[in-house]
Amino acid sequence: MANSVNIELTVALSAERGVIRQFARRKLALFGLFLVVFTVFSAVFAPYLTGFDPNDQMFDGLTLHGAPMPPGGQFMLGTDLLGRDLLTRILYGARTSLIIGVAANGLALLIGTIVGVTAGYFRGWVGSMLMRLTDLMMAFPALLLAICLAAIFQPSLWIVALVIAIVYWVQTARVLYAETASLAEREFIAAERTLGAGHMRILLKHILPHLMPTIIVWGTLGISTTVLLEATLSFLGVGVQPPTPSWGNIIFENQTYFQAAPWLVFFPGLAILTLALAFNLVGDALREILDPTQRGRD
Amino acid sequence: MKNFFATTAIALCFALPAGAEDYQPDPNAKSGGNIVVTYKDDVATLDPAIGYDWQNWSMIKSLFDGLMDYDPGTTDLRPGLAESYTISDDGMVFTFEMRNGVQFHNGREMTAEDVVYSFNRVTNPTTQSPGAGFFWSIKGYDAMASGEADALEGVTVEGPSTVRIELSRPDATFLHVMALNFASVVPREAVEASGDDFGKNPVGTGAFSLAEWTIGQRLVFAKNETYWRNGIPYLDQITFEVGQEPIVALLRLQNGEVDVPGDGIPPAKFQEVMGDPAQAGRVVEGGQLHTGYITLNTQMPPFDNADVRRAVNMAINKDRIIQIINGRAIAATQPLPPTMPGYTEGYEGYAFDPEAAKAMLAKAGFAEGFETELYVMNTDPNPRIAQAIQQDLAGIGITAGIKSLAQASVIAAGGEADQAPMIWSGGMAWIADFPDAANFYGPILGCSGAIQGGWNWSWYCNEALDEKSASADAIVDPARAGERLEMWSEIYMTIMEDAPWVPVFNEQRYTMKSPRMGGKDALYVDPVSIPVNYDYVFVTD
Amino acid sequence: MIGYFLRRLVQSLLILLGVSIITFVLLYWLPADPVRQIAGRSATAQTVENIRQQLGLDQPLWVQYWRYLTGLVQGDLGRSYLQKTEVSTLIASRLPASLLLMAGAIFAELLLGLSMGIVAALRRSTTMDQSLMIVSFIGVSAPQFVVGLLLLYVFAVQLGWFPIGGYGTFSHLVLPSITLGILGSGWYSRMMRSSMIEVLRQDYVRTARAKGLTRLRVIFRHALPNAILPIIAMIGIDIGIFMGGIVVVESVFGWPGIGQLAWQAIQRVDIPIIMGVTLVSAIAIVIGNLLADLISLMVDPRIRTEL
Repeated sequence: MANSVNIELTVALSAERGVIRQFARRKLALFGLFLVVFTVFSAVFAPYLTGFDPNDQMFDGLTLHGAPMPPGGQFMLGTDLLGRDLLTRILYGARTSLIIGVAANGLALLIGTIVGVTAGYFRGWVGSMLMRLTDLMMAFPALLLAICLAAIFQPSLWIVALVIAIVYWVQTARVLYAETASLAEREFIAAERTLGAGHMRILLKHILPHLMPTIIVWGTLGISTTVLLEATLSFLGVGVQPPTPSWGNIIFENQTYFQAAPWLVFFPGLAILTLALAFNLVGDALREILDPTQRGRD
Repeated sequence: MKNFFATTAIALCFALPAGAEDYQPDPNAKSGGNIVVTYKDDVATLDPAIGYDWQNWSMIKSLFDGLMDYDPGTTDLRPGLAESYTISDDGMVFTFEMRNGVQFHNGREMTAEDVVYSFNRVTNPTTQSPGAGFFWSIKGYDAMASGEADALEGVTVEGPSTVRIELSRPDATFLHVMALNFASVVPREAVEASGDDFGKNPVGTGAFSLAEWTIGQRLVFAKNETYWRNGIPYLDQITFEVGQEPIVALLRLQNGEVDVPGDGIPPAKFQEVMGDPAQAGRVVEGGQLHTGYITLNTQMPPFDNADVRRAVNMAINKDRIIQIINGRAIAATQPLPPTMPGYTEGYEGYAFDPEAAKAMLAKAGFAEGFETELYVMNTDPNPRIAQAIQQDLAGIGITAGIKSLAQASVIAAGGEADQAPMIWSGGMAWIADFPDAANFYGPILGCSGAIQGGWNWSWYCNEALDEKSASADAIVDPARAGERLEMWSEIYMTIMEDAPWVPVFNEQRYTMKSPRMGGKDALYVDPVSIPVNYDYVFVTD
Repeated sequence: MIGYFLRRLVQSLLILLGVSIITFVLLYWLPADPVRQIAGRSATAQTVENIRQQLGLDQPLWVQYWRYLTGLVQGDLGRSYLQKTEVSTLIASRLPASLLLMAGAIFAELLLGLSMGIVAALRRSTTMDQSLMIVSFIGVSAPQFVVGLLLLYVFAVQLGWFPIGGYGTFSHLVLPSITLGILGSGWYSRMMRSSMIEVLRQDYVRTARAKGLTRLRVIFRHALPNAILPIIAMIGIDIGIFMGGIVVVESVFGWPGIGQLAWQAIQRVDIPIIMGVTLVSAIAIVIGNLLADLISLMVDPRIRTEL
């Protein structure tokens, strides 16, 4: 008895270590992971990484005519239109943007996957209803909802995360619906059914792995999209209010100045880009490793 | 009856020669040419009874005329469609002699009946005019507003070209009201033919007529060849292009495609333009009848305490705020802007003194400061200004959370007595409808505005001041004009003592024009015909 | 087939009804009074009341909605509160421009996105693949306002190849289409790549290669048609994505579309216009999805649509 348990445990552990080892062999994936960790680190430890306060409008942060300072000197990435240090604001902004890019985006991805896969697999009446629901959500005037919420409730990061998740899941749902519908028609699925396999087993073992590439694409590109969407919503009054920084709202409030002060758009944009790319590198590697058809090809 | 009026109407008789002779025409002006003006927002309507936007205001002035007008580039009244007028001794009856030979754009000659029709139309509730309220002093207005009457009792015709207007009480601002767009003369048949679409098919007596309107793209004004003022307009045609982002409009100006960017120089390009002598030379700077202010809600504690309000006044660093907007304004000390008659010269207001402010707060019982909210409109540069204000307040211990919302939401919050403790007025700040001290009082500082949905966001209601303002406006004798302005000055000084507002700055206007535009600078920063007085500008090529 | 189509039609009408109710209610709850916007800042309380009665805005919510709905089924979208012009006139004068821009954007994004995606899939794991991945992510992360101004500045102002914004000819359409399309091209390229990779791994592809078919033939006859399925589903989503970008792009390029109309209407709380534009875009989205579904059916007949 003890022996068989030991053997199972050893097998399980070595499979685990196999994944980690395979991951460690992919340099790009490690790099991506490092970037993600670094972003989280900056968000959490921002106060210790920089000597400035993100909301401190400093006298020497502006020229005499009121123009922002370019990168260099004590302001490594320059200052913004109120004389605040840009690097500090980007570091503190990581907090908001991580919550949006990871939590809101992740939630939207989850809802979209559940709805799309269910509709595509079961089809019929259920599928039809779910797809019409996505049509409705697509046509839904989200901007109006945002304005209403902004005036009624205290503006809060969680409200904007919720609004984004509500509005954003539809795209993933539609694409996964199309792919699932196509997959579900394949002969091997029918074969599995006749063999008596349950729905959950088929979904998890046969369908979901084929959907992983799409889910990863959507999840990673979605980070950029949702972060920028947060900026639009906060412009309407939902979400973080000034002076709290987020990468999206730094870009948004300074985009007309990009000719005079390009650093104000470039650096936060670079931050968004980097985070999305980093998740993409990690995701791609994980997908390759976990793909049953690829196992053993390393 | 007629004799009776003739004998009493002696005292004040204004018979001036026809308008064009009063104003000296520019010797350099040449006729001809087209110009291109750009705007970001679409033009909503050109119906003078309805148009109340920043861009259609001057466009309507070029398509229509009223009984009174202003000397171009100034705030001095002059006769318009009315050749001359007389005022009765008690100031209650105005008799206007209309000009002869004035044609509408559809060819018909204007008569006194048209004036009566126009006034009845604008005060009729079915027209939904935002300017109906300006005609409050005309006898019979209340009946019109409540729908009981369909004609103003006080406006009558006394001959083919004489209009008699009787007021229900003396009103010193009446002649200014006669110069407002809302008092423009419109032809009945054109209005009835177009119905609700008159705003897209305007017909008036103005210097230009509407030649083309492609919705969402452009409007074209063509010179009115039969305009009753000789010699103007100079331009043959004006093309208004709408939907143009201000930055792109400026790029096109620099490229020679645009003559005047109607929305002005965008803040993002200001330094670049002013830093280049060639371009800076074509920028005209002028004052506006504008004040930007913070309203403090006197109904919401702790702003019901006057000491707290005065402390806030002393906490704001106006120079720093002006620096943030690239120096495009001058610091304000009082509600009225400096170019407004009635402005109190030499009044210093509350100097920037955070220490004194903290002391005053402590005296009021708030040594630890307090928390509050500052509402602001979300378009640049207002959130930035709000953040600067927020930092200044933090400097004396007040923690103000910012609520940056759409304009309509801020206006709605201000109209409730218990929602917005502080509002930065930027983007919604008061610009005078007409150049008179009274215009800065009523809706924004008077008791009539301190109602649900009103614009008196500080909910300041001083009955004594209301009475004083009414008696000041009852002084119609021009010989006593100085006395009237004195009273208004006192009213605003009392307001500053009570400090329901923090006046922050008076924005300067900067109009940039292309090299080929000619005409006196004042025309490009016309205080009444905002932004440009189209009737009098010309091109030099 | 006809049955399917009819069913979809009925469902679409229900969706439009739902959208109209939701929008109407949201607008009613909006803490901004449209009457105050019309009446302006100098209006007396009497004037405000008059206008409210004139427009029927003193009636309860359901009465107002019922009046709107009855007008709607007769084709009357009402009149703008602030312009007094008929909403249908306003929308009709601007819709063609927006549709043209969307068509141009779809063309641009498919051209850029699909080609990048196919190349990346074929050159998988090479430097080319990595670079294209970075380019795609830049496309998605770059704010459209900045992209638009940048393109305008470089290609129109400096180089003079295109007009500085405006509307009317083909050369006016190029830059705004590219701006609007760059965002989408990032998505299409990643999806196309991932889809192609999946398909290229399939047995039937290897069989085709083993049979001696050239690479190109394999790609175009076997791989692409299958890889394209999720792309078609995405085109249906495009219209929704565009709704957001269109306001910015139209404003930067001075393009006379409905984006500008909608944005101004929202700021001024011009309810009839907001309702009209929302309904028109809802119709566009519903039609777009329907077309995408029908095309999917034609491309992959194995997909049995819902019974």
